[in-house]
Amino acid sequence: MDTLLQQFFQQLINGISLGSIYALIALGYTMIYGIIKLINFAHGDIYMIGAYFGFFATTQLGLGFIPAIILSMAGAAIVGIIIERVAYRPMRNAPRIAILITAIGVSFFLEYSMILLVSPQPRTFPAVFTPTVYHFGPLVANSQQLVILISALILMVALSYIVNSTKAGKAMRAVSFDADAARLMGINIDRVISMTFALGSALAAAGGVLVGVYYNSIDPLMGMMPGLKAFVAAVLGGIGIIPGAMMGGIILGVVEAMVSGFLSSTFRDAAAFGILILILLYKPAGLLGKNVREKV
Amino acid sequence: MNRVRKFDLSVLAASIAIFAALQGMIFTGIIGPFWELNIILICINIILAVSLNLINGYTGQFSIGHAGFMAVGAYTSAVITVKLGLPYELGLVVATISAGFLGFLIGLPTLRLNGDYLAIATLGLGEIIRICILNIDYVGGASGLMGIPRLTTFAYVFWIMIGVIFFIKNFKNSAPGRCCLAIRENEIAADTMGINTTKYKVLAFTLGASFAGTAGALFSHYFFLAHPASFTFMRSFDILTMVVLGGLGSMTGSITGAILLTFISAFLSDFPEWRMIIYSVTMIILMLYRPQGLFGNKELSLKMFGLGGKGNG
Repeated sequence: MDTLLQQFFQQLINGISLGSIYALIALGYTMIYGIIKLINFAHGDIYMIGAYFGFFATTQLGLGFIPAIILSMAGAAIVGIIIERVAYRPMRNAPRIAILITAIGVSFFLEYSMILLVSPQPRTFPAVFTPTVYHFGPLVANSQQLVILISALILMVALSYIVNSTKAGKAMRAVSFDADAARLMGINIDRVISMTFALGSALAAAGGVLVGVYYNSIDPLMGMMPGLKAFVAAVLGGIGIIPGAMMGGIILGVVEAMVSGFLSSTFRDAAAFGILILILLYKPAGLLGKNVREKV
Repeated sequence: MNRVRKFDLSVLAASIAIFAALQGMIFTGIIGPFWELNIILICINIILAVSLNLINGYTGQFSIGHAGFMAVGAYTSAVITVKLGLPYELGLVVATISAGFLGFLIGLPTLRLNGDYLAIATLGLGEIIRICILNIDYVGGASGLMGIPRLTTFAYVFWIMIGVIFFIKNFKNSAPGRCCLAIRENEIAADTMGINTTKYKVLAFTLGASFAGTAGALFSHYFFLAHPASFTFMRSFDILTMVVLGGLGSMTGSITGAILLTFISAFLSDFPEWRMIIYSVTMIILMLYRPQGLFGNKELSLKMFGLGGKGNG
């Protein structure tokens, strides 16, 4: 019994550190969806590109962890802005399904150009920390997990500040509430959308670098599954709602850790999608969302 | 009515001619094994695209879990022929029915959702099906079910494809089919006109899923194995791309899309590293310049050429 409880808390620690990475990716999903109602399938690949930026910053430029993560966030933000400019902006008024297909196309393009550029072989992410293991009573946490948790927290606090307390954040909230009204109030919608993509991509890139640090291995297709799961996290918390994405990410991470700890790790992905189906059926607006009645 | 029959008959005659020509070329060896494989793949892809078009194009329910139903068909038929030693024809029928039944079970709750939510739910369900199969040791688990005899011949694939195309074409023009079209145009309006929207959405979904099952059975009995990795969401996206490329809601569009994309893949198979890049760029450019697909929701017909592009949507 005691070992079962101990395993539970151990998986809780693992789950929260994995979940905070999902949360970072989910934030970008949720902001982009909130603002242009697009499931940005390419978001998971931005996370992959962020991981590669981090990898090259540490191995080629010899940077430390913090400069590397900042460089990777900046690089991914630029990639995000370019993608929005080239692929999504011309389609602002196109049918939804066409934009979705474009997003899938962009996702494939990023994945396979990276395979061409950096080879499909997984790379070993350099150890930027001396791995220390901390013991809290019977529980074990390593330094990577703490770094992930702390960095994710800092980034989420920073994002909340930007969205809630700056003029740019106010513009973002206005556009996501009612784009036409925001335009009439003199908000430059294109600029706000670019900024949203930049912010979301930067967060995803940070998640990518953190995953590289955590698992020590990155490859060009690493973004597919986490991308989808982060979307599940965003839906779980209520899409378009920023605290919802954080909560959804953490819940998803914990559930996954529990499933792989107590059942079997092969069912991990099924658990994530199972949550998605359940939440969609019973509370489609998400945990923090409000139900909006459809009007004719 | 008479004109319709005549049209059907002429299409049937044309397909017999095409079949005879292709079969002849396969027999005499003018079409080598590589292209024979691709022709069979085209037929399977046409079945998949046309059945997905029934869900996405005609009924307007955005589903991207088609690979899951294909997997169910592939595995059930393989169990019937390999594990139970029963005839292939029975395998095809059971594959169709079981995929359809699963589609019914899944469709009933999920079709309450709409738009992006339905898309992501079907995507998730497709993955769940795949992961469940991955964990069943009876069918080989992660290494796949091997040793499936190659029972799919060109004749099977071709005539099943023609059958599916005719079925869906006639379904579209039937009363339930018109209800599906009405749901696509405006679900709330259809509801107020007294159409049981849930019933027809589930009907279309079930039919689409069962044909995907047939395609899966044909697929696994041509490539000797059923492997979970063949039925990832990448394949669902592939089928979706065919449908959207041809134009959502256009049967001939789906057929053209399937032929075109399979050919592009085949031609690019010599440059595997460039294949997906060219594929994705084509997809993006097409969506940027022609978001409604090649044919829009119009059907390709001789009239379209005769009137000099007047019917071109």
